Amino acid sequence: MTGSNKTIGRRGLLKGGAALGAAGLAAPTFFTHSARAEMHSGYLNAPTGKSVTLGFNVPQSGPYADEGADELRAYKLAVEHLNGGGDGGMMNTFSSKALTGNGILGKKVEYVTGDTQTKSDAARASAKSMIEKDGAVMITGGSSSGVAVAVQALCQETGIMFMAGLTHSNDTTGKDRKANGFRHFFNSYMSGAALAPVLANAYGKDRKAYHLTADYNWGYTTEEAVTQATEGMGWETVNTVKTPLTQTDFSSYIAPVLQSGADVLVLNHYGGNMVNSLTNAVQFGLRDKQVNGKNFEIVVPLYSRLMAKGAGANVKGIFGSTNWHWSLQDEGSKAFVKSFGTKYGFPPSQAAHTTYVQTLLYADACERAGTFNPCGVVEALEGFFFSGLGNGPTIYRKEDHQCFKDVLVVKGKENPESEFDLLEVVEVTPMSKVWYSPDHPQMGGADATLGTCNTGA
Amino acid sequence: MFGLNRNDTLLLIVVALLTMLAPFLLNPFPEGSSLAQFNGGYPDLMQRFVIFGIFAIGFNILFGLTGYLSFGHAAFLGVGSYAAIWMMKLLTMNVVPAIIISVIVAGLFSLVVGYICLRRSGIYFSILTLAFAQMSYALAYSVLTPITGGETGLQPKLSDPRILDAAIGSGVTPRANFFGIEMGTSWQWDWNGWVFTFNAGYYLAAVIMLVAFYLSIRIFRSPFGMMLRAIKTNQNRLNYTGVNSKPYTLAAFVISGMYAGLAGGLLVAMDTQVGPERMFWTASGEVVLMTILGGVGTLIGPVLGAGLIKYMENILSKINEGLLQKWFAFMPETAGDAVVTVLGLFTGKGWHLTLGLLFMIVVIFLPGGLVEGGKRLFGIGRRKKKAPPAASPPPTTTPAE
Repeated sequence: MTGSNKTIGRRGLLKGGAALGAAGLAAPTFFTHSARAEMHSGYLNAPTGKSVTLGFNVPQSGPYADEGADELRAYKLAVEHLNGGGDGGMMNTFSSKALTGNGILGKKVEYVTGDTQTKSDAARASAKSMIEKDGAVMITGGSSSGVAVAVQALCQETGIMFMAGLTHSNDTTGKDRKANGFRHFFNSYMSGAALAPVLANAYGKDRKAYHLTADYNWGYTTEEAVTQATEGMGWETVNTVKTPLTQTDFSSYIAPVLQSGADVLVLNHYGGNMVNSLTNAVQFGLRDKQVNGKNFEIVVPLYSRLMAKGAGANVKGIFGSTNWHWSLQDEGSKAFVKSFGTKYGFPPSQAAHTTYVQTLLYADACERAGTFNPCGVVEALEGFFFSGLGNGPTIYRKEDHQCFKDVLVVKGKENPESEFDLLEVVEVTPMSKVWYSPDHPQMGGADATLGTCNTGA
Repeated sequence: MFGLNRNDTLLLIVVALLTMLAPFLLNPFPEGSSLAQFNGGYPDLMQRFVIFGIFAIGFNILFGLTGYLSFGHAAFLGVGSYAAIWMMKLLTMNVVPAIIISVIVAGLFSLVVGYICLRRSGIYFSILTLAFAQMSYALAYSVLTPITGGETGLQPKLSDPRILDAAIGSGVTPRANFFGIEMGTSWQWDWNGWVFTFNAGYYLAAVIMLVAFYLSIRIFRSPFGMMLRAIKTNQNRLNYTGVNSKPYTLAAFVISGMYAGLAGGLLVAMDTQVGPERMFWTASGEVVLMTILGGVGTLIGPVLGAGLIKYMENILSKINEGLLQKWFAFMPETAGDAVVTVLGLFTGKGWHLTLGLLFMIVVIFLPGGLVEGGKRLFGIGRRKKKAPPAASPPPTTTPAE
């Protein structure tokens, strides 16, 4: 393949030939482009006007529509802050000071939105229309790992940056990692590594665990991560049972748990699944039971505030992990909660936090690289060390484009003070405890490679 | 021409012109104008128009001619897609073997499904096909994860064998191509503010759709097609006269399954990714909507229906509140807000609502779909000169005796 056969960006700088072909009519546009041509050419969808377009691809319908709506709120807030509006939010606490509230590289930030419907196909169609029709130079968002992996691969193929939203499966930066894709959110491995010591402390080291796992990729990687981490602490895994994603009544799965001799139930469920399975388990009275002379316990590896809200009082005292929580008291979190709360009237979710941070990180990387060129941005993000964005010191690891930071272990609050105050942070597991090597077997082993960055030109 | 009568030749030529000139027709508004939002002439959407056109044409051969309403056609599309992506992973990134194998595999699968489901007719047939499709979806989603990639689906990987292809440079993403022409290759023509995009993948899919459309015309006009119409009209009478209708319905079922497989293979050729969602029952329902919206049993109807639904899904769903506010900024604030609130219900994520309303209007007032609407419009113009021309032959019944 020669270079000329590659896709030419819709709003890309006119190739010389095309400009000539379009004769005199195209000439004026050609001149306006030439001013900053060096910085803004040679890659797909290079912004040529006074603005740059970002694509926010979030689930607006389907099971994760709540998370999607919150992500979109955060994106709008981030755009406002980048363009110099509002109170600046976390831009003031961010350790890098490249962002000045003057858009990105002096270009006003505009955005287009799309609905992923939490389906890989729909998400890719929507991302493609952003790339081909709207000239988006970066795609971000999503609230499930299947979608993240699918859209990340598309961005790699076309030569657009992808900043993952809420995606927790190991695969996104594990076996399906891509050079053009970056994930700020934590993953299954980190959940397991952070939770296991806390669980061993609270419940003892000779526990027997029973897993109910949502029957899809995220469920598998989470089950693997949690079983390995807890077995490392001396726990025994009695049984693991897959439950269909569409299941709403889990009673038939809960009943055998007590007969199995297990004394801990791990629910590798997310969203509505978790709300239903936890409610069923509590209704069955599992938490009042004594097994092997110990209190029966329930664990939920991945928590979100929206899930805790759905499960209501049932979450009280139940351990889990989360990427971020609005009650954190560092300067970054406080600034973000304040500006989000002022604008929308309630605190942001972890999905909102990670997408806001991803947008800022992307904008900052563009500023530091001096270009929107994906290869330049990738270089600026790789190994980037920063703080002040709500998770303490954080590093974007070069080898797999995964953010490493402290992980929060949370517990359902016994006496919530408001409808948002449902989780309390019981421990902050330091980054060093959740670190793993890039070729860890859970991350696709030695075969997993990023490939090379693609500019699409 | 091509063994078609005058009207059909004309129709084929019109469809050929429409598909070949689509980059112009779908981009009527200049880039940067406020109406550019409604432009549909970008490669991904144009590809979807023709691919789902093929899907609907095939579905119409079964539903439009025999009256058998399958609620599980997305399964064949999905099976075709999986077959195609495996060809790309194992054999070559050239799309030709992928497309051929997708048709064959979908044909075989539909033979099995059809053989079982066609033991019943009417609602029982519909439910059986639905059950098969949901079963396929559930299998692809979890049980068969090693083959289908589960929820994440399948994509070409650097580490795939691709035994026919020369080794590609390390780190380069393998791309689908047609003897070296990459499907993503586009050529753009900037003219006076308009931007027209000509995409290699689109033209490949468009040519295949024209062939598929031509075949469907031939089937409609053949004695075989006549027999299928007879089945739709009165299957009992056909059976009483000693004709065994099962081979005919099975053949129609397999043909339409192969069309669906072809569409699935093309989807992979244009965008090398398969997820199980494309086998979900809503995807099966969508093709029913496309066919009914366009006009059941008409030649061009399903293509129009497919185009309309895909256009709404991709264009209407992207009109968000910010955009609406920009459009109605000229109004006084309260009035503007009211208009935005009302319209917001029908755009963005509310596009399903618009589709539902449109579907109701079509079914109630235009039972023949968009094609009937078009005919009525033209009918008004012509009636002044002479008596209304006979609409395309209504499903004709040949006396069996």
